[in-house]
Parts: sequence; structure tokens; C-alpha cells
Amino acid sequence: MSAITDERRPDDASVPDDATPPGGRQGRDALRQMGSPHRARNVKDVIARVVMWFCFFLAMIPLVWILWTVISKGAHLLGSMEWWTGNQRNINSDDAGGGARHAIEGTLQMVGMTALIAVPIGIFTAVYLVEYGRGKLARAISFTVDILSGVPSIVAALFIYAVWVTTFGLSRSGFAAALALVLLMIPVVVRSTEEMLKLVPNELREAAYALGVPKWVTVVKVVLRTAFSGIITGVLLGIARVMGETAPLLILAPYTKNFQRDLFNGNFPTLPMMINQDRGDFALATAAERMWAAALTLIILVLLLNIIGRVIAYFGSVKK
Amino acid sequence: MSSVTGVSATDELPGPDGRPPLSGDAASTGRVGDRIFGGAATLSGVVVIVLVSLIAVFLIVQAIPALADNSANFFTSREWAPGGDNPRFGILEFLWTTVTASTLAMLISVPVGVGVALFITQYAPAWMRRPAAALVDLLAAVPSIVYGLWGLITFSPFFKPVQGFMEDKLGWFPLFAPTGISGGTIFFIGIVLAIMVLPIVTALSREVFDQTPLAHKEGALALGATKWEMIRTAVLPFGRPGVISASMLALGRALGETIAVTFLVSALADGSPWTWSLFNGGETFASKIANNAAEFSNPSKTGAYIAAGLVLFVLTFVVNSIARVVIERRKAFTE
Repeated sequence: MSAITDERRPDDASVPDDATPPGGRQGRDALRQMGSPHRARNVKDVIARVVMWFCFFLAMIPLVWILWTVISKGAHLLGSMEWWTGNQRNINSDDAGGGARHAIEGTLQMVGMTALIAVPIGIFTAVYLVEYGRGKLARAISFTVDILSGVPSIVAALFIYAVWVTTFGLSRSGFAAALALVLLMIPVVVRSTEEMLKLVPNELREAAYALGVPKWVTVVKVVLRTAFSGIITGVLLGIARVMGETAPLLILAPYTKNFQRDLFNGNFPTLPMMINQDRGDFALATAAERMWAAALTLIILVLLLNIIGRVIAYFGSVKK
Repeated sequence: MSSVTGVSATDELPGPDGRPPLSGDAASTGRVGDRIFGGAATLSGVVVIVLVSLIAVFLIVQAIPALADNSANFFTSREWAPGGDNPRFGILEFLWTTVTASTLAMLISVPVGVGVALFITQYAPAWMRRPAAALVDLLAAVPSIVYGLWGLITFSPFFKPVQGFMEDKLGWFPLFAPTGISGGTIFFIGIVLAIMVLPIVTALSREVFDQTPLAHKEGALALGATKWEMIRTAVLPFGRPGVISASMLALGRALGETIAVTFLVSALADGSPWTWSLFNGGETFASKIANNAAEFSNPSKTGAYIAAGLVLFVLTFVVNSIARVVIERRKAFTE
């Protein structure tokens, strides 16, 4: 179809100048007069094409630049065994070496706790929105999920601070930071789960009902099971999103250079805070390389989650 | 974009017998299990509402005493001296820096982001589309603290001569007047924010551009439109609400971005003169709060920061609500 369109286009280069155009001789003269605006149209078309390609490569510049910076400056530390087994105890900014195990474990533990709280709330909320909710309450919930997804991480942190520290008089801890991360993770889990539940064909639900299966069993054994891989993907992407958050940690979970497994008492080590710690002395080569290595480690963790999530989504997606 | 509300029009259509479909509440039989499970689902939803309301309530309640003690005007003062016997603090500087840097970020990231989305959906060869989209998504996967490091250490030295050049040639214009600050200027922060929110603009725009009805596109081409004319007359008008709401979501993200900005800003000395220049420093709401996390020592000081956080919350609330309304209106047309 597009071939026909092209042939009839008067400014098409493939129409020889002396050929009689569809409109006859008069038509061709008319087309000649129109020649210059058509050239302008073509020029615009080419410019637009060039601009779009340019935009794409423009967007790729920072990506390549950032990844190159982090890899070239941080990769060599990741090759050492010490990085994966040691901590930063008694290592000053101008000392080389030390490991990031404490921070890696801390980050994983903290996001694990976050997921433990956020995932059930998120999935149940999505189940409500798709399977149960109608009318005003559903709209209100859907609206607040949107608002929650727009809440800046620093505001979430301030809120938890206002509740946890100011109101209840508890001390700052890894758990308090995890609570702030819960606020940031819930909307991601709700939205992705919702998407997946909507993809589950209604026929499956109806088939279950027709067999006399109670609604909640239908939801658990048919709907959630069908959407399972998609939900896992959403959860992993949600974890990836909160893993790199720093603002809540800054306010709620002071850093420690030691191993620390207790989320509820004392300072807590995390990768973003380790980066932040060494950032203070980035003029020192020793601190700078640790900082970049920690950044690279964080990126690798986030990317791993993203990739695993996408692989699961690819192989386990609901077949339409 | 039926994803946005969780309630689609088709859900509410009656079944063939005129009764609501089984997927509604009618399917609940009143069994104990049903009641518990349905109750848990409802409860979770209500928890989300309560959480968001609590955020507002707690911030307001804890900000009020500090605001009552404040002897400067909260909205028009540029001082920031909370705590002490005579606390004086205002948010004008943060408001200016936050809004200007975010606006600048939008001015850069929306055209480029839409361009990238058009490239991916309309121009890229078929084999390139998925990898290109994945690469842009990769930009979103980079944690913001890494953007902060990169901006601070790698990008900022590179940007200094650019700023010097602009101050030289455009310095007569108040927005580009030299202030003696280089590195963490509003302009620079705007650029880094633009890079950070670009994937948000692109991802959502890509989604709506992809949904442009084929008939619209082929119709335009059949009338002899060039590819660009087809995009201008079919793809862009169809995608406009999506682009607007994507921009709003990105703006919300830019307003609240904390750690990267905290790394980059150059705080202004107390009492430095007011200037319209984009090459001035100045803290944003988020960076001011994050930079002073250690200062949350007494309630009145903390209250001042919480008040600043409240303003930021309101700003992002408004922006996100606008995005939401635009999406809703679009739904009304497409469903």
C-alpha cells in the first residue's frame, strides 16, 4: 500500500521529469510550480530523521560515560577477594584496601526486610484493585498509590523520622530506613502486580467459579498462580528501585564500617552509605577507588535484579 | 494505558443477563475464607490510603509549632536559621532553586526524551528497537547516587569551560550573569536532573506512541504525508496527553531528587545577594534536608526541616495529581 502512495507523491525522485504525470500535461506544470514547497517538506522530513537519531545518541552519551567512569575506576578492586569478604573496620580514608562485604550484606538484608513488608501489602492492594475493588474506595486507593509513587524519598524519610524518632522516641536504625523504603516500594509492587493480574484471562476465573471454587481460592490458586512470574518480576524491579536509594539511609540509618546484622539497634552498613562515606575524601586515591568500586558493586546488584526480573518475565509471561 | 487506574470501563459492563459479571463482589459467597481474604485485600488498600494521609498529617503536625515560632516569613524569607530563641527561616531560596533546576531539566529532557521515544517507535530499524529501549531503561537502573558521583567528579570539570563560555557570550542576560560560582550551579544541576529523568519521559512516551492506531498513520501516509508529517499529524496529537503526564511524573521526580543534588549543590553563604542567574548556587528542598540530617537535634529545628519537606510534598502532590488528571481524561477518550 505504501508503494502506491510513494509513486503518486509528486516530489518522488523516481518520477522522471518528462514523464506525463497522472494529471496530464497541465497537471505536471502544476506540480512543477509546487516543486519548491515539496522540497521544503522533504528537507523537513530529513531534518526530523536526523534530529531523532541525534536525540538517541545524545541520550546514550551519559549512559556510556557513566558506565565507563564507574567500571574503569572501580573494577580492579572488585577483582580482589578481600572486597567480597572483608569490611572497613579500622580502615581510614587514606588506607587502601578493606572490603565491602558488610555493606553488601547490609544492603541485601535491608531490602529483604523492606520486601518482606512491602510485598504482601502491595500484592493484596493490587488484588483488591483488580479482583474486588469497584467504586469510590477503589478510585481512592488507586489515586493514593499514584501519589505514593510520587512521594520523594526524602519526604518518606522525614515522615518515618517524624513517627519513629520524634513521636515514639526510638533511635535511628536499619529498620527505620527499611520502613521508609517500604513506602517507596509499595507503589511499584502494586502497579506491576495490577498489570499482571489484568492479563489473566477472565475465562480462567469463570471456569473456576463454574466448578464451584470459592473466590479466594480462585484468586490464590488460579489468578495469582497464573500471574506468578510477572509478579516476581515486579517485586524484583521494586527491590532494584529501592536498593539504590540513599536519602532515607542518610536520615535514618547512620553508617558503620563494621559487620552489623542487627537491623533494630545501632548503625547499619549499606552500599550507598559506604559510597557516601568515601565521597567525603574522594580527593584521596584510596577513598576514591573504594567509592567507585562500591558504586560499581551497587550497579551490578541493581542490574542483576533487573536482568533476573526480565528473564523471568520473558520466559514466564502470561500467554495472550 | 489501561494500567493506570486498575478499574477499566469493561469491568463495569453488565454480563449478558444484565447482572454484574462474576468478577465483581457478587462472586463472593460469604464463605469465611472469602471474607478473610477479601478483608485482607481491602485492608491493604486502606493501609495505603492511611499511610499517605499519615504522611501529610505527621508532616503538618510537626511543622506547625516550628512555623508558629518562626519570626521570619516562611514563604518570602531567604534566611535559614532554625532553632535557638529566635528562629528565622524561609524557603524562598530552596523554592527558587528547586523549581528552576527542575524546569530547566524539563526543558532539556522532554524534547530529547520525546525524540528518543519517536526514534525507538518510528525511526529505528526493527532489529534496533528492543536493544535501544533496553539501553534507555538501563539509564533508569543507574542509582541516583552514582549520577551524583559522576556529576561531581567527572562531568563537572568538563562543564566548567562550557559555563565560562556562556558567561562570556551571554553574561549580559540576567539568567546567565556570572556569579563566580562554578560546579554546582542551578544550570548544571538542571542538566544532571535532565539526564536522570530522561528515561521516565522516554518510557511513557514510547508506550503511547506505540499505541497510535495504524489507521491514523496509514491514513496520513496515504494522503501523501512524509514520515515527519505523519508523525506530526497522527502520532504526536495521539500521544500528547501521554507525553504531558510523562513530563509531569518526570517533573515530580526532578523536584524531589535528593542525593545527586546533595552531592552537586554549592550552598550559598548567608546573606549573599539575590540574583536571577542560573549560574548561581543554592540548595534545593531535598538537598537542604539531606545535608542537615545530623542537625535534627531539637524539635524546633527538626520542625523547620519538616516544614520544608511538607512544601516539597505539596509540590510533588500537585504535579502528580495533574499528571493523573491528564491520564484520566485521555482514558475517557480512548476507552
